Amino acid sequence: MSMQLEQSPTTGDEVITNYTINFGPQHPAAHGVLRMVMELDGEIIERIDPHVGLLHRGTEKLIEHKTYLQALPYFDRLDYCSPLGMEYSYVLAIEKLLNLEVPLRAQYLRVLFAELTRICNHMLNIGSHVMDVGAMTPNLWVFEIREDCLNFFERASGARMHSAWFRPGGVHQDVPLKLLTDIADWLDTRLPKLFGDAMSLVVDNRIFKQRNVDIARVSREDALAWGFSGPMIRAAGIPWDLRKSQPYDVYDRMDFEIPVGTNSDCYDRFMVRVEEVHQSARIMKQCLAEMPEGPIASTDRKVSPPKRGEMKSSMEALIHHFKLYTEGFHVPEGEVYVATESPKGEFGVYLVSDGSNKPYRCKIRPTAFSHLQAMDFMSKGHMLPDATAILGAIDVVFGECDR
Amino acid sequence: MAEVLHAAPKWSSNDGVRDTLCAALGDMVVSSKEEHGEIVLTIARDRIEDALRLLRDGHEYQQLMEMAGVDYPSRVERFEVVYMLLSVTKNHRLLCKVTASEETQVPTVTTLWPNAGWLEREVYDMYGVLFAGNPDLRRILTDYGFEGHPFRKDFPLTGYVELRYSEEDKRVVYEPVQLAQDLRQFDFMSPWEGAEYVLPGDEKAAEGGAK
Repeated sequence: MSMQLEQSPTTGDEVITNYTINFGPQHPAAHGVLRMVMELDGEIIERIDPHVGLLHRGTEKLIEHKTYLQALPYFDRLDYCSPLGMEYSYVLAIEKLLNLEVPLRAQYLRVLFAELTRICNHMLNIGSHVMDVGAMTPNLWVFEIREDCLNFFERASGARMHSAWFRPGGVHQDVPLKLLTDIADWLDTRLPKLFGDAMSLVVDNRIFKQRNVDIARVSREDALAWGFSGPMIRAAGIPWDLRKSQPYDVYDRMDFEIPVGTNSDCYDRFMVRVEEVHQSARIMKQCLAEMPEGPIASTDRKVSPPKRGEMKSSMEALIHHFKLYTEGFHVPEGEVYVATESPKGEFGVYLVSDGSNKPYRCKIRPTAFSHLQAMDFMSKGHMLPDATAILGAIDVVFGECDR
Repeated sequence: MAEVLHAAPKWSSNDGVRDTLCAALGDMVVSSKEEHGEIVLTIARDRIEDALRLLRDGHEYQQLMEMAGVDYPSRVERFEVVYMLLSVTKNHRLLCKVTASEETQVPTVTTLWPNAGWLEREVYDMYGVLFAGNPDLRRILTDYGFEGHPFRKDFPLTGYVELRYSEEDKRVVYEPVQLAQDLRQFDFMSPWEGAEYVLPGDEKAAEGGAK
């Protein structure tokens, strides 16, 4: 952190001037490249001006120059902590424009892996949040769970993080049965044990509570006005979850609870995420129990490619494959806004199609943008060290915020 | 509308919502449409604040989730600003849009939702749409001192400047973009549908007409 005096005291020792400091862009608690210009009165925060955009890569512009399928992997690189959650909104937006039916098994697989992504994301956030306020051990423990999740992603898609596994019309490839049984075992054994151990160190910890309880309280009205979503709005006591209220895929068949906070502070945000991990495990178990056999991608060959074996004998399949991976598919003219419950909140995609094989405009609604904007309002009057707790509870990732 | 086959998020029914809102907003609505399960209202530019205030206070659209700019260079007013509204009590989504050009000013909605501040800054940064009354209309995502509005369709994908660390100057220097190889834009469009190729001799058809 660099420090500079805004004006030197000239009238004597009794005058204390406010000073500004730069929090970040290279600060371990800034969760990436966030620069916050803070105006402090002693250790009290008077004003925060977050400077975002240091990781702006122009993803939306790049997408306009790619076909619909080529644009998909960019979504993994937005929120790199929960890649499948980002792909989800995009494939659903394309499917909505195409009015494309998705086979049941693909819907179950997508819900299963979206929930695994949620656990994976919350492990990172919970771990780094407790580390931001001073605890070291739980982070190491929950990262072991995160490592398990990444191994599952690797076994399903071949990539630990940037899976590009959800496709318009379904998923890219089916998963082996052994993977599903391993996930089921993991949900019964390792997850509850490791997560329970790690959380037993934190949730009732006196120091952790001192750092988080009553920090950055936000009323329900403010949470609505500032465009909060996800765990941030649920911690404010509003039971709003897109999986429940606007269900997509097979979420309407799932039985799960929405945890809400009562005090709307950083501790509630943390505890909402802890409970969401348990609920996600519950959804995953239902998926594993109910998942039917069947195709894993749409059988509409104008959208999803044929099987490799089929291409060896069928000329038509070969032509479809060639056309899909060169020209790509055309999407009917129109505009949709599709938002899903990503682990961090409402992740939306506003897709405008002009009927060609490339998106005319793809606006991405990052979850962190609105939350981070409220940083000034939430931090006002708190101490400088509270800023890291508030930031940790927002769950911000800059790949997504800056796009 | 045709049968819904897709599995995208389902919110409460759109039945009658468009008519109700059009009647309530009266002459503030320029046009409205319902396609792909989305209700889109085009609002007169100078009335957008009143219209959104009415939607927020009278019709329970409590949240402004997102604002998007879109560029249509062929139109007279080339930009569209789209407001995505969400009602958590009615469980419904609504898109409202206004048109704008480089010179026109869109009234700010920071008076209604505090989070509109950054959203308007982003549209200004990317498209150069001006918002009248936004107290802090700075650039937000681009570099300090950036020139131009990168998401306009006439802004090249590669941009105009690139930066590198200069060992001689011991600092980062900005230079005009120099590509070792031209940016490749593949045109996979089938010549039978979509792509517009100018073939030699085609102009005769327009001049002489068919005989």
